[in-house]
Order: sequence, then C-alpha cells, then structure tokens
Amino acid sequence: MRSSNLTPTVQPAWLRFVLGAVVALLGLVALGGPAFAQEDEGGGATESIGGTLQTKDEEGEKILLEGVTFIVRDADGSEVGTAVSDVEGVWRVDLPGPGVYSVELVEATLPEGNALRNPDKNPLEGIEVQTNTNKNTLFPLGEREASDNNTNRVAQLTVDGLKLGLIIAICAIGLSLIYGTTGLTNFAHGEMVTIGAMVAYLFNVTWHLDWLGDWMTSLAFGAVMAVLVTGVLGYAFNEGVWKPLRKRGASLIAALVVSIGFSIFVRYILLYQFGGRAGFYRDFRIGESIDFGIFTILKKDLFIMVFVTLILLGVGLALQKTRAGKAMRAVADNRDLAESSGIDVEKVIRLVWIIGSALAGLGGVMFGMTENINWEMGFRLLLLMFAGVTLGGLGTAYGALLGSIIAGLFIQLSTLILPGDMKNVGALVALILILLIRPQGLLGRAERIG
Amino acid sequence: MDYQAIIESLFRGLIGERFIVFALAAIGLNLHFGYTGLLNFGQAVFMAAGAYGLAMMVATIGPRLNENTGLNMSETTLFWVGVFMAVVVFPVVFALIMGIPTLRLRADYLAIVTIAVAEIFRIVARSPRFDWLTGSSDGLTGFSGTFYDMSPFSTTERYFFNLFTGNQFFLVLVGWAILALGTTVCWLLIRSPWGRVLKAIREDEDAARSLGKNAYSYKMQALILGGMFGAVGGMIRAVGFSVAQPDNFITDVTFFVWVALILGGAGKVFGPLVGAALLYAVLDSSDTILRQLVENEYIPSSFMSGTQVGQVRFMIVGLGLVLLAAFRPQGIFGNKEEMALDDR
Repeated sequence: MRSSNLTPTVQPAWLRFVLGAVVALLGLVALGGPAFAQEDEGGGATESIGGTLQTKDEEGEKILLEGVTFIVRDADGSEVGTAVSDVEGVWRVDLPGPGVYSVELVEATLPEGNALRNPDKNPLEGIEVQTNTNKNTLFPLGEREASDNNTNRVAQLTVDGLKLGLIIAICAIGLSLIYGTTGLTNFAHGEMVTIGAMVAYLFNVTWHLDWLGDWMTSLAFGAVMAVLVTGVLGYAFNEGVWKPLRKRGASLIAALVVSIGFSIFVRYILLYQFGGRAGFYRDFRIGESIDFGIFTILKKDLFIMVFVTLILLGVGLALQKTRAGKAMRAVADNRDLAESSGIDVEKVIRLVWIIGSALAGLGGVMFGMTENINWEMGFRLLLLMFAGVTLGGLGTAYGALLGSIIAGLFIQLSTLILPGDMKNVGALVALILILLIRPQGLLGRAERIG
Repeated sequence: MDYQAIIESLFRGLIGERFIVFALAAIGLNLHFGYTGLLNFGQAVFMAAGAYGLAMMVATIGPRLNENTGLNMSETTLFWVGVFMAVVVFPVVFALIMGIPTLRLRADYLAIVTIAVAEIFRIVARSPRFDWLTGSSDGLTGFSGTFYDMSPFSTTERYFFNLFTGNQFFLVLVGWAILALGTTVCWLLIRSPWGRVLKAIREDEDAARSLGKNAYSYKMQALILGGMFGAVGGMIRAVGFSVAQPDNFITDVTFFVWVALILGGAGKVFGPLVGAALLYAVLDSSDTILRQLVENEYIPSSFMSGTQVGQVRFMIVGLGLVLLAAFRPQGIFGNKEEMALDDR
C-alpha cells in the first residue's frame, strides 16, 4: 500500500502547514472583526420576528420595499411591537420571549402597484418562536404589472443568462486552472467568491473609511481591495496549506477532503462574523434600466456584462500570448512534460492560485451586485461552477469559459419551464446528464477521465 | 456553571439519538468509502430519503392514495409501508440516479454529482410548488405517532439516569437494536466473498476487473446498500424529532458523517460507531459548555452570542476534517494498512 504517503513525519513541512493555516484563518477572523458582529443583531433581545420585504420585477431582479409597517401581536392578540421596513426592505421586532405570535402587514402602507399574493394569509397567524431564534416571516407579493409588453421573454432570459454565465465563468476559471495544474478539486473555491464580495462590502458599507476622500467608500475601491485580499489569500493558502501537502505527497482524495473541511470551516466563520442576513452594496440596489426593445437591462447589469467580458478577454489573451499564460496551459495539459521542458511548475501553480483566487474575488463582487451578499453565496455558486466547468471540460481554461456561459444561459432559460425557485435544479440536472453523455466535457479529452 | 448539564450532554452525545443517526449514516458511508472507495458526498440525501420516504407515505401520499383508490389503509399500515419506502424504495432510486452516470468515472466526479443530487432534492423539497407533497420549507409532521404508540414506557417518567423521556428511551433502545443488527450485517458482508470483491475494487479496480468481476455492478450494489443504512439513520432522525424538514439535510450534514467516519477509522467495522460517539460527545458537550460560558458571561456577549454558539460546532467539524485528512487519515484508532484516505 502507498499509505505511507500521508504519514505525519516530524519535519518543518507540517509545522508550516499548521502555522500557515492558523495565520490565514486568524487573518480571516480579524478581517470581519467586530464590524460585522455589531450589525449582527438589532437589540439586546434574543428572540425576534422579522423579514425582508421584497418583490421581483419581470427580470427576476429583487425590489426591496421601504416604509411598510408591520404589527406583531402575541397569542392573546395584544400588540407586542411595530416595525417599518428600512431601505433594504428589512424589518424586525424584538420579542419579550419565546411563544406564538402573529404578524400583520398594514396593506395601506404598501407602495403602489404591489399587492399581497395571499391576502387571506394576512395577518400571518401562529408563528412559533423558540428560544434564541430570530424568526423570519415571508409575505409573498404579487407580480407587478409588466412595465413593457414588448419585451420578448426568451430574449430577456437569454440576456439574463448571459450575465449569470459570465459571472460563473470569471469565478470558475480559477477552479478549472487549479484542477488542471494540481489535480485538486477545490471545494473551498466558493468561499473565495464570498470573501471577495464581503471585503468589498466592508469598504463600501460597514467601515465608512473616508479619511482619504469619498472614493474610499466607492464600490470600485472595494472591488480593488477584494481582488487584492483574495489574491493574497490565494497565495497564502497555496503556500501554507497546499504546497506542504503536495510536498508530503498527500493523495488527491485526502486533499479533496481537506478542501471540503476548509470550505465548511471558512463558511461558518463568515456566518459567525456576518450573521445569516443578506447585505447589499450602497448605490447598487435597483438602478435605472435601458430598454432595447425586445429586452431591458439594468445599467449596472450592462456594466457588469461589459466589464466581465473585457476581463475574460484579457485572461484569454494572457493565456494565449504571454509566457506565464503559455506555461499555465502547458502545466495544465501535461505536468510532467512541462516540467521536463524547463517550466518551473511550482511557480506556475503559485500564479494560478493567486490569479484564480483574485478572479473569484472579483466575480464575488459582481455576483454581490446582481443578487445580495450573504455567507453562503459562494457555496451556492460553487455547484453552478462545477456544472459549468464539467460541461466545458474539467481542467481546461477555455472549456470553463464556454461551459459556464452555457450553464448560465441554461439556468435562466430553464425558467421558461421550471418555477423560478427551482432554476438551479435545471443546471444540476444538466450536469448529471452531461456526465452520462459526454463525461469529458465539450472541450475536454476523453483520456482525462480514465 | 451547571456541571450536571455538561455531563448529561456528554453522555447523551455518546449514546443518544444523534449518535445513533450518525453512526448508521457512517456505517453506510463506510460501505461506500471505507470498503469500496466511493467518494460519496451526498449521504445527506440518503438520510433525507429515509426521512421523507416515511413522512410522505404517512402524511401526504398515503392519505391521497386512500382517497383516490379506496384502499383505506390504516395509519399503522401506512407507517409500515412508509418504512419500506424509506428503507428500500427511495434509497435504491437515489443510488441509481447518482450511480449510473458516475460510477464509471473517476472518484471526484462522484463527489460532485452526489453533492448535486443532495442539493437538487433539498431545493425541490423546499419549493412551494411541491407543498402538497413535501410540506416545502416547514417540512412534514404527524407521522411518528404509530411508532411511539408501540412504546412500553411511560411518557411522564424519565429513564436511564434521568437522561431520556419514555419516548426518547424507546427510540434509543430501538436505535441501538438496529445499530447492533446493522453492524453485524456489515461485519458478515465484509467477511463474505462479496465483501472481498469490494475491497479488491477499492485497492485496484483494474485488477478486480481483469479477474472477471463486474466492478460497476459491485460499486452500484455497495452504493445502494450504504444508502439504505443512511436512510435508516435519516428515518430515525425524523421520527426522533417528529419532523422531516429539508434544511435538516443540508450538505453540511454529510460532512458530519464524514468526520464521524474518518475519526473512527474508515474500513473498520466499529469505526463508524466509535467515530460517531466521539464526535457527538465532543460536539454536544462543547456546545453545552459554550452555552453555559455565554450565559454566565464568562465569554462576553460581544464576542459570542447564543445563536453563534450553534455555529461553532460546524467550525469544529470543518477544522476536524482538515486536520484528520492532513495528519491522521487512518482515524484515531485506525490501522493504516487497512485503510487510509489513499489515492486509488
């Protein structure tokens, strides 16, 4: 048996492993710091009822409703408290203790054009609140009248799918390249996406650092910092964890389990710091839209699509033309051959980790702009990334691009048939079907699968 | 500090419901990973299959069948049909869905697809569209009455050093009986020629194939059988909490099973039992200790609140997974010769 591969031996490598991991993770804890924790819970009460009042417009974009009044009553019908939803649609009423409560939405305060989908479920009765829980309630609102009847649903969904696909692609390139160069199926890649989105959120919303001018709170600066932080984290992660593991000859399965462990560890540190709620960037909540006749697009979404396309083109060019890019493709293609032709494989892997993580962080900011920022956004996106990367061919850079865009289109267009809350199911089913029909992916080679 | 509560939580962790649930799921995963080398990261979906197989049969599908076919099955009949659905039909269906596309492929594809199937099931079960079938995000209740009606214990007294109520004690006794049976079955299977083929596939699939063994078929059988163990665990969990909820079966649940298995040692008959007992003794007692520290303000509430205590156990599991896989892949008591997280 080759099990001796993983025997812990007393050598600096494992010390470095532990130290690297501890430093990287302490850094993570320090990153959020009390800044997140303060926002975590509203008052001192440990039980509360609340929710986020939102509706969706035709593009599936969230609209958060401000200024709607909620009344919470206890089991006897006496009023416990009222709350008004804030600019993010969030409202919360602290409760005197666990028990059964009812919530009424004051319909007269709803903005024009909105109505409850189930008016008979207002007030919402019999909400059981247990000790130490912040119960969330949901008041589904009816669809708004379509603002423009000219929009063609297929065209609209295609544009939305393209946007989602581009975001998946920018996040997934790193996943695919890391797999290609090291053979590691990195389940912790989704957390880079979340960290990127949260770093930008810290600068944009939480910290309000303006001692060098207003630009420090702009999302652009936040995005730059997100790229820097995730890039550095990628470097630290590789140096502190994966390089020592590779040196010790740890098996790929052990490495996969380690990455899963990191994924869950980091995810719950983020939940600990950020809380279970959703955050939104300033100035990017709804925005204006542009009408193209058969489809409309929000200005911020158009920006995201153009920006991500440019970045992806840049990455493609760099892979094609630069020395480092060629080396990356060579190592991904055949590691031994690349090494024997004089390429410093460790250097290439380091570069892949830095660039892949930074791109994932940037993708996280883009994803946070289109949806919301929460502790498990990256983990949810991870499965879609796997779908895209597998579709395109695991380990290939261009395959990841193509596959991700197809996956994005597929997810959005599947809402023509599936209900909206199940659209991700479509992509995951597609992933399974691809493995049945063409397991090596569109651009992969059959021999990779073995 | 309430030391009695801490000691009680320690013992409940060692022998209680959660230990039974996760030990059963880990026995299944041991068949998958420990003996056959299948990288199943969707054990949660098998557990969900067990929970929903029973709950849907008793609470939603059964009554509809009665209405539409005039079969008029009593609740007791529905319960036993539900148990059959939970333990046999659902796990087989899920194992086929997972196995057919991936068992011919390399191990990491199975890891991705199993996670994907677990998520698909959870999203579908949560969807309001299927509220009539799965109860959407609130889940299903009212299916465990038949089980507790069989309990010979009084509901008002406490049993076993005051650890359990009558119903809990009944569940734990039944759970232990199933666990003993399951472990014996597993031990006999592994000693059989069938089990030796599984180990051969784990060690070298090509060699097993060249000796004329249909590796694909054996892997599928292992996936189904291990899934059934997971389903029994999930069913006990649902009966224990009297609710089957989609968010009780998130992907992280699978990782708990993995930690239990690797902790006890994959590829050993008693590994899952030891691992699950240790894991829950550590998790439950540390949870109680932390809660007490927070309540008595030994830990300032600005650093950790009551809700945050619940998140610490996930961090422990994550970190445990990292450290075990990196430094002690054979588990705490494991034997490296038998099984380590080795490349196959």
